[in-house]
Amino acid sequence: MARMKFLCDAERCIECNACVTACKNEHEVPWGINRRRVVTINDGKPGERSISVACMHCSDAPCAAVCPVDCFYQTEEGVVLHNKDLCIGCGYCFYACPFGAPQYPQASNFGSRGKMDKCTFCAGGPETNQDVMFRKYGRNRLAEGKLPLCAEMCSTKALLAGDGDVVSNIYRERVVARGFGSGAWGWGKAYPGTPG
Amino acid sequence: MLRKKANGAAGRARLSSALHVETHGTVDRRAFLRRSGLAIGGLAAASSLVTTRVQRAEAQSAAANSNVEIRKSVCTHCSVGCTILAEVQNGVWIGQEPGFDSPLNLGAHCAKGASAREHAHGDRRLKYPMKLVAGKWERINWDQAINEIGDKMLQIRQTSGPDSVYFLGSAKFSNEQSYLFRKLYAFWGSNNGDHQARICHSTTVAGVAQTWGYGAMTNSYNDIQSSKAIFMIGSNAAEAHPVSVQFLLRAKEQNNAPLIVCDPRFTRTAAHASEYVRFRPGTDIALIWGILHHIFENGWEDKDYINKRVWGMEWVREEVKKWTPEEVESVTGVPGSQLRRVARTLASNKPATLIWCMGSTQHSVGNANVRAYCILQLALGNIGVSGGGANIFRGHDNVQGATDFGVEPGTLPGYYGLSEGAWKHWSRVWDVPYDYMLARFKDQKLMQAAGIPLSRWCDGVLEDKANVDQPDLLKAVFFWGHAPNSQTRGPDMKKAFDKLDLLVVVDPYPTASAVMHDRTDNTYLLPAATQYETVGSVTASNRSLQWRDKVFEPFFEAKTDHEIMYLFAKKLGFDKEMFKHIKVEKNEPLVEDITLEFNRGMWTIGYTGQSPDRLKLHMANQHTFDRLTLKANGGPCDGDYYGLPWPCWGTADMALPSGKKGHPGTPNLYDPSKHVQDGGLNFRALWGATVKGQSEKHTRNDDNLDNMLAVDSYPVGNEIKGGHPAVSLGLLKKLGWDGDLTPEELATIQRVGGDKADAVTFTTDLSGGLQRVAIKHGLAPFGNGKARAAVWNFPDPVPLHREPLYTPRRDLVAKYPTHTDRKLNRLPLLFESIQKRDVSKEYPIILTSGRLVEYEGGGDESRSNPWLAELQQNMFVEIHPTDANNLGIKDGQMVWVEGAEKGKVRVMAMVTERVGKGVAFMPFHFAGHFQGKDLRSKYPQGADPYVLGEAANTATTYGYDVVTQMQETKTTLCKIWRA
Repeated sequence: MARMKFLCDAERCIECNACVTACKNEHEVPWGINRRRVVTINDGKPGERSISVACMHCSDAPCAAVCPVDCFYQTEEGVVLHNKDLCIGCGYCFYACPFGAPQYPQASNFGSRGKMDKCTFCAGGPETNQDVMFRKYGRNRLAEGKLPLCAEMCSTKALLAGDGDVVSNIYRERVVARGFGSGAWGWGKAYPGTPG
Repeated sequence: MLRKKANGAAGRARLSSALHVETHGTVDRRAFLRRSGLAIGGLAAASSLVTTRVQRAEAQSAAANSNVEIRKSVCTHCSVGCTILAEVQNGVWIGQEPGFDSPLNLGAHCAKGASAREHAHGDRRLKYPMKLVAGKWERINWDQAINEIGDKMLQIRQTSGPDSVYFLGSAKFSNEQSYLFRKLYAFWGSNNGDHQARICHSTTVAGVAQTWGYGAMTNSYNDIQSSKAIFMIGSNAAEAHPVSVQFLLRAKEQNNAPLIVCDPRFTRTAAHASEYVRFRPGTDIALIWGILHHIFENGWEDKDYINKRVWGMEWVREEVKKWTPEEVESVTGVPGSQLRRVARTLASNKPATLIWCMGSTQHSVGNANVRAYCILQLALGNIGVSGGGANIFRGHDNVQGATDFGVEPGTLPGYYGLSEGAWKHWSRVWDVPYDYMLARFKDQKLMQAAGIPLSRWCDGVLEDKANVDQPDLLKAVFFWGHAPNSQTRGPDMKKAFDKLDLLVVVDPYPTASAVMHDRTDNTYLLPAATQYETVGSVTASNRSLQWRDKVFEPFFEAKTDHEIMYLFAKKLGFDKEMFKHIKVEKNEPLVEDITLEFNRGMWTIGYTGQSPDRLKLHMANQHTFDRLTLKANGGPCDGDYYGLPWPCWGTADMALPSGKKGHPGTPNLYDPSKHVQDGGLNFRALWGATVKGQSEKHTRNDDNLDNMLAVDSYPVGNEIKGGHPAVSLGLLKKLGWDGDLTPEELATIQRVGGDKADAVTFTTDLSGGLQRVAIKHGLAPFGNGKARAAVWNFPDPVPLHREPLYTPRRDLVAKYPTHTDRKLNRLPLLFESIQKRDVSKEYPIILTSGRLVEYEGGGDESRSNPWLAELQQNMFVEIHPTDANNLGIKDGQMVWVEGAEKGKVRVMAMVTERVGKGVAFMPFHFAGHFQGKDLRSKYPQGADPYVLGEAANTATTYGYDVVTQMQETKTTLCKIWRA
């Protein structure tokens, strides 16, 4: 059984935001709602790195643990989904989430945050009517044997999505390739002037 | 239509319990590898593992039975050439899938490509033809628009002559439209036309072509995966060509290739560099000479390569000697020790590729900058090898193609120039008498005189008539797929807009041309279709051609560019001649006929073998091409390189010695390790056999030193085994090979040449016989010459550092002065009279500009796309913390940035170390505000982009390249204060 995971390779991510617009394109997410976004640290300085962040579909998801209406559920592939009919927009999941994944459409200026929205790993949500599901949760690519579009379209293949074992194998190969010679960890510090 | 796919937009989103169960199985290991697009690099086998699961999933949902087609197009933003897979249902573009089969992008997209489908929403598109009536936009119909505009053009032709209409075309045209556009203003009778290449890579094209023959990227993006070192200067590929970066990073990971990034700004590309070199804007030549200094001093140059394939390196040595590490540090700000390390890295990691973009070209010394890079690569022996090359990343999707088709003032299609011979060649191709073409022009002198480049169109309007070498000033201007905010000197441009008799904007969006002036009448907006709404070929940066399907029908009342061109030709009375061999149906010219016509004329650069049929076959069989070499192994395109990268010699069905039909294209230029029939090549012999008689200064009266032909260097299978001039009938006769020509080929050559048939070369032989016979004997049709390290016909044969026109280093002006004032392309061109004015006290900060990943070009298209616009909502200026603190500016505050010619913009301050001390940076994609004023109300209703902002080029200043009149956008001076 595949366990779905995301991994963002910071050595590869160039902050091009393709993952962000691919998500908007696929699910027609409205302006102001970002199921995925790119975060940059040390912006403009040596050591600048970017990572693309969305719901990580945690194994023991904190959002699910704190939800007062118990609207979250996890699929057999490990994808964390939620039911918008149950969601009351309380925002607890936002406080609990270590990745800032939950989004709220700001339905009004007072009180209501609107139903929570987040990355579905392109796996739709709990609806049988296709049109309704698309409007509420977006498309279900997994059902078509496709992976999340953000990862599929990533410009540098920094963002990987899929079976966690395969993702880690791919990443491991990269790390091994980077590891030899002057690319090895610590060499740049220990032997200044060598490239890598 | 490529394949039928079941299930539709919302229809795809089934999660019935049955399917839900099925899902668990769908993403097995094989499926994952297939979908993850990681077929390259250690996982090559994966691409052949077509999953059965995915197919089963499709079969499962076939019950839904909605008809979704996949149509293949190519992204219309940068030049990487990413395949766009569009899912279309009942004519509506409902989804986008990654094109994993494309060897150019391997399914990857950047923010722009991943949001391409928004074109089909068209929320902010220009919906129907409009005109200004007393300052208000009014809807009109196409007939009225064409008639009114045509009548005014004919009236201007009467009073001022054909040269008073300016045709500003576009790098967004397909090849067919580019060719047709060039033909349009040729038949109108003027050379006054141009497109974005002028302000993009014109200096590259000129400088590089004059160095070794062709002004194009030598290798491919894919080939960078074979590089052992990557040297980037003035390129921020992570923002401008994001999808190309996957190849750079693979080379970095798998070859352990050092990535050296030279840029005044610590870009997002620099963030991934192994060595970042920060230097002062406008000192590229000093920097390169600083590196070469170490290379020559240590004997790290490739002496054998230079002896065999390069002429004139000794002139470079003389200049480089002056650039000691101390002098280089004083001028560029880069320590000698760092450059020594860079030199050693390049010398010990071969082959290295050298990549450059607008940071290098947009300077008053742009042509010399790029030649300095070429010389560095020649000294290292890195040109003509896989993994090496001068990899010039072009900016727009088809700026390479539009350049090749001569959408510019100085040449006809195919770089034939404007000589009588060139006009006669194209008259033969067009099947119209030369005298007919001549009669379209004012006179033969203007027919053969280069027109005004687009960077100077406003001077063509504003300059004193007495100073302009044509009968009258420009009175009418077409902005046909071009945003004005990408051009410098905004306030001058506004004046020019105000003064014009007629302004016509042909574009899917109104663009800033619709709003930045105070015109009240005689201004038209014509809605053009995007490339997703038509078919045609497009040339990626690596010279590969790709064929686009039509994704959806032209939106609202938009028409395709070629239809609009036809309507104007008809109105202006030359449609019969111009479309003599192009079928026109319901006012729309048949695109394939246009391709076939240019196939019959583009012999110089080998745009002759890429027939529509071959291109379509390549698009349908993308998966058969290797992702490293771009070569098809087996399948219907066996042996071809993807997209038949030019030169694709001879006719599409030319018989090759190997028995294959049709040349496969040339993946890496000047690479002698292959036979010419397999895409091998050598440097072009474009400068005669000897320098003698061409440049007295450079003549040594020594046969070896003066020799311009290659020595002991030739492509595999070359029967001469050495240098030779370009192939002509005379040369074939001398070699005894003229008997290989068929009687038909010989007859054609004799028809072309008349009594001088021996002088007919591979460029004018309409039969392709000369190219066929040359390749039969292993010869490159364009000769086998040496590359030139000194371009004797340019103002600085060896590149010289010259201080920018607006420089903060006044102390260096006397030692490194700019050029003298002169006249070029019908207009006065100023250098020293600008430089001598010292404004460095009042304007102490260097102002430079560049791209953001979310937007492209003038940005009207991308700022109208909400998925992109949301990501960049404010125009800004980057200021170093030291400067900001000295000026009392905090991050996020509004500031005024005023250029040295008093154009000023009100923008948000971004305080960051990304820029160096004393340097400010602005992105150039914004428009819609002008010197503090919001112009949103001036757009036609519903066609204003989501995001507006000040145009960086409102603040940029005078300054043009001495050869191509490239505009200076990268180095000027400004002052900044709190708004």
